[in-house]
Amino acid sequence: MSVSTCPSEPMAATVSDGLDDLDRALIVATQAGLPLVPDPWGAVGKPLGLDGNEVRARMQRMQDSGVIRRVAAVPNHYRLGYVANGMTVWNVDDAHIQRLGREVAAITGVSHCYRRPRHLPEWPYNLFVMLHGRSQAEVESQAEALRELLGDACRDHRILYSSRILKKTGLRLARRPGPPR
Amino acid sequence: MSLARTQRSEPAELDSADRRIINRLQDGLPLVESPYAAVAAEISLSEGELLYRLERLLEDGVLSRFGPMYHAERLGGGLTLAALEVPEADFERVTAAVNAFPEVAHNYRREHRLNMWFVLATETPERIDEVIAAIEAATGLTVFNMPKQEEFHVRLHLPV
Repeated sequence: MSVSTCPSEPMAATVSDGLDDLDRALIVATQAGLPLVPDPWGAVGKPLGLDGNEVRARMQRMQDSGVIRRVAAVPNHYRLGYVANGMTVWNVDDAHIQRLGREVAAITGVSHCYRRPRHLPEWPYNLFVMLHGRSQAEVESQAEALRELLGDACRDHRILYSSRILKKTGLRLARRPGPPR
Repeated sequence: MSLARTQRSEPAELDSADRRIINRLQDGLPLVESPYAAVAAEISLSEGELLYRLERLLEDGVLSRFGPMYHAERLGGGLTLAALEVPEADFERVTAAVNAFPEVAHNYRREHRLNMWFVLATETPERIDEVIAAIEAATGLTVFNMPKQEEFHVRLHLPV
């Protein structure tokens, strides 16, 4: 889930105020991907009237502030052989979820770990942990380790395997910069 | 990005150079003057070969994208995970209806009563509720909205 990924610092809703129209134009120009040419910064900047160094400086600033997490390859799990991608969901005692969430997050193989709201009665699970393996057996043994860690604080859990990618485009902004916020 | 490409799911055949590229570039491109040349040198490839292979990995759907990974909330936007219980007979229609929303950043089928799980990324936090209402209208189904309340960890890295 590339779009949901971010460092774990507290959220700063006002950071976006630091972006100007050119930053937003750069975001729009690169959200489908960075050009695969020797000077990608220059290629991105040219239609905007920016030189490569200016583009790079702006990207660096956005990366430093956390607007850009990193400029990176997003893999298709299945194509890499990670055919078992389990969203494990756990019904964890609210009194212990903060401590346990942090402990779960430290386990190798865990890519994302979030607390989310329950929707009772249909959905009692409040801790979401993504696990990736080359087989369901691998994911199940990772899940077993989580179950032991969570112990009595966890009443129930499920593993929801993804069986098809229906869409994976990442974040899209509108073409035109919006009004200043 | 074509749907056909994103929907390919059989494991790809990768050689050692492909693996080095995938492992290295999941960690991020350095923001230097000739970034591909810099990375190519690290993993013993020429810049031309890296660019050629990277393009091929994207075309083959081994990588779903290459570029800046933006943080929706820091852009002032909204982000949530949502789920639907879709009747099997209606699955394709609902997939098309949900995917048609540009705010749907990704969408997975999962094996559960709630069998469709998608991430919404919107330009403003207020838009989330509007898009959810529009998806409910377009599909005739109830959306289970599950925004994150706390984040304990995020770092996807799949070594190959």
